[in-house]
Amino acid sequence: MPDGLAAHADLHGHAHDPALQHHFQTLDQQHEAATLGMWVFLVTEVMFFGGLLMAYLIYRIWYPEAWAEGSEELSIALGGFNTVVLITSSLTMALGVRSAQTGTPRATVKWLLITIALGLTFLVVKFFEYKEKWDLNHIPGPNFIFEGRPDLAPHLEIFYSLYFGLTGLHALHMVVGVSILSVVAWMAYRRRFTPNWYTPVEISGLYWHFVDVVWIFLFPLLYLVDRARQVS
Amino acid sequence: MTTTVLPRVTYVNVKTTVASWLLTKDHKRIGILYLGLVAVAFLLGGIFAAAVRIELTTPQGDLLSADSYNRMFTAHGVMMVFFVLIPVVPGILGNFVMPLMIGAKDVAFPRLNLLSWYLLVIGFLFTIAALVSGGVDTGWTFYTPYSSLASNSNVVMTGLGIFIAGFSSILTGLNFMVTIHRMRAPGMTWFRLPLFVWALYATALVQILGTPIIAITLLMLVLERVLGFGIFDPRLGGDPVLFQHLFWFYSHPAVYIMILPPMGVISEVITCFSRKNVFGYSFVAFSSLAIAVFGFLVWAHHLFVAGISPYSAMVFSFLSFAVAIPSAVKTFNWTATLYQGAIWLQTPIWWAFGFLGLFLVGGLTGLFLASLGLDVHLHDTYFVVAHFHFIMVGGAIMGFFAGLHYWWPKMTGRMYNEFLSRFAAILVFVGFPLTFGPQFILGYLGMPRRYHVYPDEFQVLNVLSSAGASILAVGYTLIALYLLFSLWKGEKAGANPWKATGLEWQTESPPPPDNFAVTPIVTEGAYEYSKREIKVA
Amino acid sequence: MLSGIPLFPLQASNLAPEVDNLYFFVTAVTAFFALIVIIGVLVFTIKYRDGTGNRVGAPITGSIPLELGWSIIPFFISMGIFGWATLVFFHLVRAPDQTLEIYSTGKRWMWRFQHIDGKSEINQLHVPLGRPVKVIFTSEDVLHSLYIPSFRVKADAIPGRYSSIWFTPTRVGEYHLFCAEYCGTRHSGMIGSVVVMEPNDYQAWLSGGGSSMSMAARGEELFQQLGCVGCHLNDGSGRGPSLVGKYGAQETLATGATVVIDDTYIRESILTPQMKLVAGYGPVMPTFQGVVNEQSLMSLIEFIKSLPASGQRPAAAQASAAAGTTAPPAQGGPR
Repeated sequence: MPDGLAAHADLHGHAHDPALQHHFQTLDQQHEAATLGMWVFLVTEVMFFGGLLMAYLIYRIWYPEAWAEGSEELSIALGGFNTVVLITSSLTMALGVRSAQTGTPRATVKWLLITIALGLTFLVVKFFEYKEKWDLNHIPGPNFIFEGRPDLAPHLEIFYSLYFGLTGLHALHMVVGVSILSVVAWMAYRRRFTPNWYTPVEISGLYWHFVDVVWIFLFPLLYLVDRARQVS
Repeated sequence: MTTTVLPRVTYVNVKTTVASWLLTKDHKRIGILYLGLVAVAFLLGGIFAAAVRIELTTPQGDLLSADSYNRMFTAHGVMMVFFVLIPVVPGILGNFVMPLMIGAKDVAFPRLNLLSWYLLVIGFLFTIAALVSGGVDTGWTFYTPYSSLASNSNVVMTGLGIFIAGFSSILTGLNFMVTIHRMRAPGMTWFRLPLFVWALYATALVQILGTPIIAITLLMLVLERVLGFGIFDPRLGGDPVLFQHLFWFYSHPAVYIMILPPMGVISEVITCFSRKNVFGYSFVAFSSLAIAVFGFLVWAHHLFVAGISPYSAMVFSFLSFAVAIPSAVKTFNWTATLYQGAIWLQTPIWWAFGFLGLFLVGGLTGLFLASLGLDVHLHDTYFVVAHFHFIMVGGAIMGFFAGLHYWWPKMTGRMYNEFLSRFAAILVFVGFPLTFGPQFILGYLGMPRRYHVYPDEFQVLNVLSSAGASILAVGYTLIALYLLFSLWKGEKAGANPWKATGLEWQTESPPPPDNFAVTPIVTEGAYEYSKREIKVA
Repeated sequence: MLSGIPLFPLQASNLAPEVDNLYFFVTAVTAFFALIVIIGVLVFTIKYRDGTGNRVGAPITGSIPLELGWSIIPFFISMGIFGWATLVFFHLVRAPDQTLEIYSTGKRWMWRFQHIDGKSEINQLHVPLGRPVKVIFTSEDVLHSLYIPSFRVKADAIPGRYSSIWFTPTRVGEYHLFCAEYCGTRHSGMIGSVVVMEPNDYQAWLSGGGSSMSMAARGEELFQQLGCVGCHLNDGSGRGPSLVGKYGAQETLATGATVVIDDTYIRESILTPQMKLVAGYGPVMPTFQGVVNEQSLMSLIEFIKSLPASGQRPAAAQASAAAGTTAPPAQGGPR
């Protein structure tokens, strides 16, 4: 923005984009640092989920029958719907980044708001899924009951511990993602982004795609265990 | 006509309000904030250690009840591991010096850097709250099922405190990694970087890849306790040993977070005070990376007697021997650096020599534990306690003090009293082996760890150990005193009192807020002592 | 006074000397490398010192041959230690075929030892000199670890699993027994002693103190009381497989996997029967979780071990002989 640049030049005696932070030499360096930083952060998130997935892997190998039973009990319809919702939200997010890149703030805000709405849809569905578990006493703990296969109950309790651990952690990340996107949408609404600088949109896009990818792993691992067996 | 010379603007005097310190984005101020926090944690951890060692002077449990004793050694371990050893060098020296060393104005994400400090503070406060409201008695290792099903202490509060502190470490690692990749001054190629920077980079790798695992593991433990989840419950078919695998998958690489930065310090100090290029620069640099990578492959050497198959034990034993080799290579390289040097015996290199001797013994005693046939006898005895204290205190803490004494003039603009600093170093060098040497013998005799009372025949060795600990306490206290005193009365230091190479010495002491008046341009390697004229301070 | 301070543990088992020899070797290697470096540092520091800080050192940057040398030589020495240590380890963890078996459970904060002839002791373990002994144990609550320093043996006690240690005592006397895995308040009180006796004295001790049922006999009793005998018919015609001669054998499961019938498998099958069903049998066995305690489980296992190869009627007396003990038949009162 020419005005901003001029004002900034007046203040500092040198002219550069007001978005450039002072410890960086160029906007390019700053942008590369930000994206590298987000990628490194996503690696830490992979390791974070990885611990739970390790526990899942070991117990699935040990207790395949309980895993099949527990998985069958989950709603493939709701899980599938949520998967479609999230994948679509990644598309709308990418379109949001594109809009920011091309300097169209109204479109940016629109796509971000749609992404947020899809994210909230996911969370609402998740809420209903959890509520059903509560009603059936499938929440692990002292009140856990699994009618139908009481002999497998102890192992099913482990399955559900991991189900809630994994999807709960994922849902938490979704909440954080929705919050971040709300802030970024506000920034877009206030015309903070230019084709020269739209880094927050880009890196929150990276985060959002990551959360989507995690779900793409969780859905088959939790909802689709041994489903082929049950078809026949 | 009088001319008024304005006092030079440094990062210290640029603004002096409390808020300007607590809301700073300056990496140098953040380094000082870490110094304050870690010093408090070290003091607390030391007090807990004192309680343990005083209790252990007699075979009976006369000073503390069994429950209090168990809480005391747990508090010592938690405080020292998570709030001293992990953050001490990266948080204090790394933050202060690394951007200067690469010719940058700050780290890549200054606000994230401040957040890292606050996360450590919050984690610290959670942990203190847990300690004050009854303590935790599981040992810093939190093994299940004791921690998940049986302990009636503040496991959740402490677990959350460590969880939060872990994110401090992750964000620091992330920040340093991006800084080193993207913010080096023109001409500062990777192979012109000081070895301290290589060490911090390797450490960042471990912080980023490893710390999330302890975070999720502690979270799982918290869910077990609070919600009754059954992942580690043997009554449900859960595996308590799974906790050990997950715990050590981080906690073994964690010890490399603790030792790699001090090793980097040693490279700086030995080159400076031998006035010589390091011997085998690329070997030392790559050894740091090798240690970081191999460090992830050895975790189950903590589980040799925990029921893992003998064949997997063999694999982990082999890898544990392999990870010792890069450390050995570094030690030989540092020794060779002294050859035909011009060795100037100032306090920092005294600490470096202490490091060399004690880290050597500590590392070599790791071979005993990596040896399957010996580990069966030595596991969970005082031999292990001696081994890791030699490395952590004799190695990491001494390395930290070497760095603190080396960069103190840069950080504060003051010199400390050389006589007192050498005296304190001698106290520590005498006190340390006296404290932990007898513990090797106790370990082979069979005295187990975490014992509140013990058979009479172990008393003499325990008394020797406690006597050494009291000497250590005096030594450390003396260091704090003369360093604080130097801030008030110490001789003013110039830009380069040690006549060292390195960009951090090309700016004033203390540095201005933006580090360099003009961005430096680098044209040569890190330790070109023999090529150029040393700028006298 | 000084002579009363122990600096090295006694060697009281066949395993101790080989562990100690390895220890001395590694100590020697450690001392050697430590001395090289320490002497190197001292010599260089003294020879090349400069009090002024104004001179510079020689322009040496490295030497590839040296680097390779001091990487490769320590690597080979490490491999030597690794190899030797691994051989010692396999000797420590692989018990010989014929051992005197003793069962044990650790729980906060005591050790209970159960001899197969029925005698049990708390925090003290009597064993005969010169015979290989195997202690099979588990934990009833949290992790513990059975450690006998003078024998150089240790293994963790894990709830839900069996661990074992073995040794041949080589010296009469009384030796420390410790719990070596932190387990709460009285961890350092969970200690006792191992008493090694001359074989005759051991027999006398074993037969003293009134009669008690052998573990296998107790197991047989439980097998009847709990109704196991109803399904696990010896001729294999029952709803459950015959158990005769099955201990140590390979069995194919319903899933197609094979498993060895060992202590852990038997324990799992009693507590969670549906988990590893033998091929050809349906999921009809009820769980006995909460019905049998660890002692009973061990008695049942000992009973099943005593069932000889198919063709003979099971008898506890015959079984004791087959298992390699010299305890006289337990049935029939004091001897």
